[in-house]
Amino acid sequence: MAAAAAGAGAGAAQEKQFPPALLSFFIYNPRFGPREGEEENKILFYYPNEVEKNEKIRNVGLCEAIVQFTRTFSPSKPAKSLHTQKNRQFFNEPEENFWMVMVVRNPIIEKQSKDGKPVVEYQEEELLDKVYSSVLQQCYSMYKLFNGTFLRAMEDGGVKLLKERLEKFFHRYLQTLHLQSCDLLDIFGGISFFPLDKMTYLKIQSFINRMEESLSIVKYTAFLYNDQLIWSGLEQDDMRILYKYLTTSLFPRHIEPELAGRDSPIRAEMPGNLQHYGRFLTGPLNLNDPEAKCRFPKIFVNTDDTYEALHLIVYKAMSAAVCFMIDASIQPTLDFCRRLDSIVGPQLTVLASDICEQFNINKRISGSEKEPQFKFIYFNHMNLAEKSTIHMRKTPSVSLTSVHPDLMKILGDINSDFTRVDEDEEIIVKAMSDYWVVGKKSDQRELYVILNQKNANLIEVNEEVKKLCATQFNNIFFLD
Amino acid sequence: MGEEDYYLELCERPVHFEKANPVNCVFFDEANKQVFAVRSGGATGVVVKGPDDRNPISFRMEDKGEVKCIKFSLENKILAVQRTSKTVVLPEKRNLKLLKSQNINVNWYMYCPESAVILLSTTVLGNVLQPFYFRAGTMSKLPKFEIELPAAPKSTKLSLSERDIAMATIYGQLYVLFLRHHSRTSNSTGAEVVLYHLPREGACKKTHILKLNRTGKFALNVVDNLVVVHHQDTETSVIFDIKLRGEFDGTITLHHPVLPARSIQPYQIPVAGPAPVTSQSPIPCKLYSSSWIVFQPDIIISASQGYLWNLQVKLQPIVNLLPDKGRLMDFLLQRRECKTVVLSVCSQMLTESDRATLPVIATVFDKLNQEYKKYLDAEQSYTLALEAGQSRSGPFLRRPARTQAVVDQSDMYTHVLSAFAEKKEMPQKFMIAVLMEYIRSLNQFQITVQHYLHELVIKTLVQHNLFYTLHQFLQYHVLSDSKPLACLLLSLESFYPPAHQLSLDMLKRLSTANDEIVEVLLSKHQVLAALRFIRGIGGHDNISARKFLDAAKQTEDHMLFYTIFRFFEQRNQRLRGNPSFTPGEHCEEHVAFFKQVFGDQALMRPTTF
Repeated sequence: MAAAAAGAGAGAAQEKQFPPALLSFFIYNPRFGPREGEEENKILFYYPNEVEKNEKIRNVGLCEAIVQFTRTFSPSKPAKSLHTQKNRQFFNEPEENFWMVMVVRNPIIEKQSKDGKPVVEYQEEELLDKVYSSVLQQCYSMYKLFNGTFLRAMEDGGVKLLKERLEKFFHRYLQTLHLQSCDLLDIFGGISFFPLDKMTYLKIQSFINRMEESLSIVKYTAFLYNDQLIWSGLEQDDMRILYKYLTTSLFPRHIEPELAGRDSPIRAEMPGNLQHYGRFLTGPLNLNDPEAKCRFPKIFVNTDDTYEALHLIVYKAMSAAVCFMIDASIQPTLDFCRRLDSIVGPQLTVLASDICEQFNINKRISGSEKEPQFKFIYFNHMNLAEKSTIHMRKTPSVSLTSVHPDLMKILGDINSDFTRVDEDEEIIVKAMSDYWVVGKKSDQRELYVILNQKNANLIEVNEEVKKLCATQFNNIFFLD
Repeated sequence: MGEEDYYLELCERPVHFEKANPVNCVFFDEANKQVFAVRSGGATGVVVKGPDDRNPISFRMEDKGEVKCIKFSLENKILAVQRTSKTVVLPEKRNLKLLKSQNINVNWYMYCPESAVILLSTTVLGNVLQPFYFRAGTMSKLPKFEIELPAAPKSTKLSLSERDIAMATIYGQLYVLFLRHHSRTSNSTGAEVVLYHLPREGACKKTHILKLNRTGKFALNVVDNLVVVHHQDTETSVIFDIKLRGEFDGTITLHHPVLPARSIQPYQIPVAGPAPVTSQSPIPCKLYSSSWIVFQPDIIISASQGYLWNLQVKLQPIVNLLPDKGRLMDFLLQRRECKTVVLSVCSQMLTESDRATLPVIATVFDKLNQEYKKYLDAEQSYTLALEAGQSRSGPFLRRPARTQAVVDQSDMYTHVLSAFAEKKEMPQKFMIAVLMEYIRSLNQFQITVQHYLHELVIKTLVQHNLFYTLHQFLQYHVLSDSKPLACLLLSLESFYPPAHQLSLDMLKRLSTANDEIVEVLLSKHQVLAALRFIRGIGGHDNISARKFLDAAKQTEDHMLFYTIFRFFEQRNQRLRGNPSFTPGEHCEEHVAFFKQVFGDQALMRPTTF
């Protein structure tokens, strides 16, 4: 990971800042090596792999001990994290006896002392437990989406298979974690929904139903526009992680070819094919190539219940993307892909331009074209709806926020306060500089607002937030 | 051929009259649709029967020679008899007045009583037709027009026979129908019927050609706005619907028969005499007999058997003869008595064995709702017009007729959708898709969806445990807000906790349900939230203190009770200048409780000036 110094707030030129970084990440099961001398068997995955065996064993042992020790105080909720001067460790037991541990180094400020020697200062209080615990949980969810549960791997091929799968998955996945840009949104793991009028939404429904009827092997469908969700046939929790994968991994990888091929109608040369802009984001790249491979990522859903394995077909036309999920026991053929392309492509192209047109009309009517005056984050636990005017763009590598990290940290702190009580509450914080930060919790909804008003007093800030609620959230029940 | 295959039938109760024979002459008056049976020139009796009057008129008149024609005036007031080609006798003395005269050489004429238009055949070939239109004692001349003959006539003799011309009103417009026989010189594949539209104003125009694809003897009827063409050689008939899409070349639309040719349904002549006495079985009637005479619009007369029938279209058999459901709907929705059949088609296409695809179902729903919307719009503009000009509502303001083609949400719900949603064997995906498709179609035509449809969707989703689907529909406001819907959602909370939030949001959007919101919050012991809400909308001066104090007490949270109690004391102070509760508020119990917990001194003191 590049040790790029975050320039923000660096007052003295000699000061160098190092963001939080992943130190180690391991998965173990204490049942696999209960006897002395067999401790190595407990370890299912360890990053970095280069670490010497005994140190791995020691670190795992330490975590085990901490969890065991804290269990004596709280049998059902053992320790979730361990704070030390240099780092923080996060523990998660996603399946019985399977532990995942993530060790994150605290941010560092390197100062030049008077004699010119660098002095390293660990910022112990910077990291938010909830943010990184959520990141760790997400690691598991993402693994499970593509591999199924740990237990299922054990049943299918024992420890050997499980280790192979963990290695294969986490080897790559850990490189994409980007711990320096994790924030409140990682806690929510929300879904951004595309705002749409009823009629266009019904058209999309109609389209999905027709596609599922024509392509009868399709079991579930999800529909997105502009990387925002419109419809999910999957249950909420499965959609949540699939959404995360699509928006932070799959879609960003396909942005560039899209921009390049913008002006040339795709596959106009194909005889008898209606001109359309549809293409596969997973599966075959070129349908004309008889050798084209029809291999799609396999995903696992409803793992607590029916445990279904599915092929994930992602097909996109302009800004509209559809995920078709079919039973993994059926291998999609090239013929199927061609048929899908010929049925879905033209209709999705038309639908995508309809949505775009309608969206622009609605935007003009509501006047929301203007830059939002308020910086806010909204999250609804009930439907996982998330809305942020603070995050400019979420790319796979970095989440660009328009506010200072200190303010983001205040948001995280307020969120932690909210978690502690069940009741609705409101917290108003006067931050350093001229900012006010307001957090509101009403039933299952949370709203965080950042106001930059010089010399504003508490009453004025309260009024401003009321105004925001009246304009942005007038159609939901949100206590003032 | 199964009985379900015939789509044309003769009416069940024909007009029966004495059959034609050397002593009994039979006449038919197209204007009154009456059959005259004249025995021995009238001396032994004239019997007049119409299709509607079951009591025939009988009378005698002197036999003054062969009767050529006999008719009643409207309402049977005056009888006119024609015995020679140039005299008409009115049995009672009446005065006739010449209103207007025109000098035209006429080959033959044809009168259409429904439209009060007379058509005169002029010129040597007879193919230039001159229409006149009668109204309120005046006669107006309409532009004449020429019927295109099949081939250039060889001689200069009369080439257009009145037998090949008919006039009929189709979809409210008058048409002249010309049966153009197949000519060997032209390369047409068979005879055709050419329709000339004859408007009240403007020139007559050739608009439709009905391709018969056969040759021989034909006869025409118009039934329920359908052109029926009978073919004697094959003893079958075909029907044409000029409103159905045909091949349009820019001026003329070419139509093919809607359905394959079929015979009229076999007909049994009932044997005379009281039913129990006769042991004979009914006699089958010879259809397409050469003694049949056909009159417009829908009359078939068999003079030799003594029957007058009205021809009728049977819709049910057509359902299976027309596989294209969209076209079938277009056809059915134009028919007078279509509702039962339309609903049965809807039900049928949703059965597991006969299931139509979603695009077809969508097309059918769209066609139904288009008609439905047309009616709603007409109804609305009628109401508006009524409101706007109540005092001077002219005679032109007529309530729009609700035809059977108007199939509304309640019809669909009662006869099709509720039964469909009950079907256990139906795949849930299909079930939801169909309901959503209907709602989509209603929305597309901007028809307000009724609550019971939303309720049906919700019940179906709940039955199949599709709560997340329901949640998403509500999120996009597909199911419109209403109090009953919000209450339904509240009742679902125990199965699906987010329903609580969805319900509250809905109540909030309704903006007329503030009392309900307070009740919901209080029932959840969210007393402070309820109070804050009611204060937020400025209703806190009118709420019952007792209700809130009760709820606060139930929470067993003393601090909450204190807060609520204090709030109302302050309200009392503000409204009445005294913090204590009035007896009317029935809060004695709460005051006592407050004193018990917090002591007398905790009570708010009246502000003294």
